[in-house]
Amino acid sequence: MDRNSPPPPLRKRRITYVDLVLIGLVVAMIAYAVYRVNDVLVYNWNWDRVFSFILRYDEETDRWVTNLLVQGLLTTLRLAIWSTILATIIGVIMGYWRRCNNLSLRIISRAYVELIRNIPPIVFIFIFYFFISSQIFPMIGLSNLRHDSPYMDNALFRILFGDPRLFENFIAGMICLAVFEGAYITEIVRAGIQSIGKGQWEAGRAIGLSHFNILRDVILPQAIRKILPPLAGQFITLIKDSAIVSLISIQELTFLATEVAATTTKVFETWILVGAMYFVLCYFFAYVFGKLEQRSARSNG
Amino acid sequence: MNNNENTSPNKAPTHKSKSDPIVEVSGLCKWFGDFCALFDINFSVNFGEKIVICGPSGSGKSTLIRCLNQLEEHQIGTIRIDGKEVKPGMKNIEEIRREVGMVFQSFNLFPHLSVLDNLTIGPIRNRGMNKNDASEMAMELLDRVHISEQANKFPMQLSGGQQQRVAIARALCMKPKLMLFDEPTSALDPEMISGVLDVMVELAEGGMTMICVTHEMGFARQVGDRVIFMDDAEIVETSDPETFFSNPETDRAKLFLSQLLSH
Repeated sequence: MDRNSPPPPLRKRRITYVDLVLIGLVVAMIAYAVYRVNDVLVYNWNWDRVFSFILRYDEETDRWVTNLLVQGLLTTLRLAIWSTILATIIGVIMGYWRRCNNLSLRIISRAYVELIRNIPPIVFIFIFYFFISSQIFPMIGLSNLRHDSPYMDNALFRILFGDPRLFENFIAGMICLAVFEGAYITEIVRAGIQSIGKGQWEAGRAIGLSHFNILRDVILPQAIRKILPPLAGQFITLIKDSAIVSLISIQELTFLATEVAATTTKVFETWILVGAMYFVLCYFFAYVFGKLEQRSARSNG
Repeated sequence: MNNNENTSPNKAPTHKSKSDPIVEVSGLCKWFGDFCALFDINFSVNFGEKIVICGPSGSGKSTLIRCLNQLEEHQIGTIRIDGKEVKPGMKNIEEIRREVGMVFQSFNLFPHLSVLDNLTIGPIRNRGMNKNDASEMAMELLDRVHISEQANKFPMQLSGGQQQRVAIARALCMKPKLMLFDEPTSALDPEMISGVLDVMVELAEGGMTMICVTHEMGFARQVGDRVIFMDDAEIVETSDPETFFSNPETDRAKLFLSQLLSH
């Protein structure tokens, strides 16, 4: 035997009896659930009826077109992306304020975070929606937009914001979500800034950089790199949380699913399908973010 | 009195000779909470002088030099750098810090910037230098600390000794009149120390004014003009290196040196 010979194999992990029993139990529970629904409730499954709300065959144009649920999914995705961008801006500003020297800014950011984290999201959304729709929209002139103007009625606008006629509705949902999630991102940013050692501030000061320059060139670039994984996690949370804005009639996936379930009366099929759509969306992003994280971990040595 | 210009230290000096003080500290006191870290510190440093500060840990050495560029704020006493008074909470402290380079025990390089960018960020942001001029100057300095071939690497890819040399070059990039060293070799592996000390010796031979907190006796003997020995927040003894290391006056210095030599 010499050091260049192939190493002996390590102990293998095998499936044990415990695994078999557990797998058996899970299968039995699923089978029982299916039995209850089919034979006891005598539920009449009709998937085709619900699938038609994803893709619909349009006889006039002789093409398959997307239907309500896909439009809802896209609205959910747009909501999540725009809210995350806005929430990140809010979070970076508030997160910095949480740790800055100015007392009133610290109080404002602390109050914001504590207020939102200690109110149920639904209650917050009801209060805040009433506030923005009755106060902020008239103030910034959003309540008398012309939806048929060429600025709004074009392809790019539709891709970015969806149907122009629902623009105010979309913006209201986006602001609600952003303000809500911003509080959580604030805490992520605060933790990120705090995680950068005192020595970095001191090194910046020692070469005579101003406070603002240290923050912009030294602290934030490092902090943002550190908070990207939790920020990605928060984005996925936001996709799921976006379901609550269905309560203020934002026409995203959950809102439209409620309508589909009501018109078809196929409650099980609709919600199982919608759950699957959320799952695919969130799992896809979790997978992509995981890969990106691995890559950046590798490139950082 | 008014016939001698050297007796008016309140005026900013218009020209400098070897005998003008660049650092004047009088009656300096500093507390951390109730703990007294510095008590009634008085000393001055002339242009071109090399001062070595040593003493047991917790004696206030680091705090003292950190007060000079106001990384720590003092409560009582006055500090003048190049004739300008350094006050806690002053508005344009950055202007003084740009004249005072500092090297830390733990290097504190910016890990997200390349070696070259670590050096150029100061001149670019503070002096409005353009990137090419700053890079050119930075490369010269990296050459002086014998590390120019690593310019495009990131700090994490360098050894501790190399990182500390980069940190020295970064401080020099601001063309400081005074360099502060806070135990620059204490965090290094033994085989890395000499490279850093060589750079510091070369810097001293080039005429830089230096205040070094260090226990490197060889370095202190070779370049030091004076040794300041601190213990328990006070300056206990000031003398030339040869006298201090071979024949210390005070018992506290004797005890410290015996402990330093016995390990």
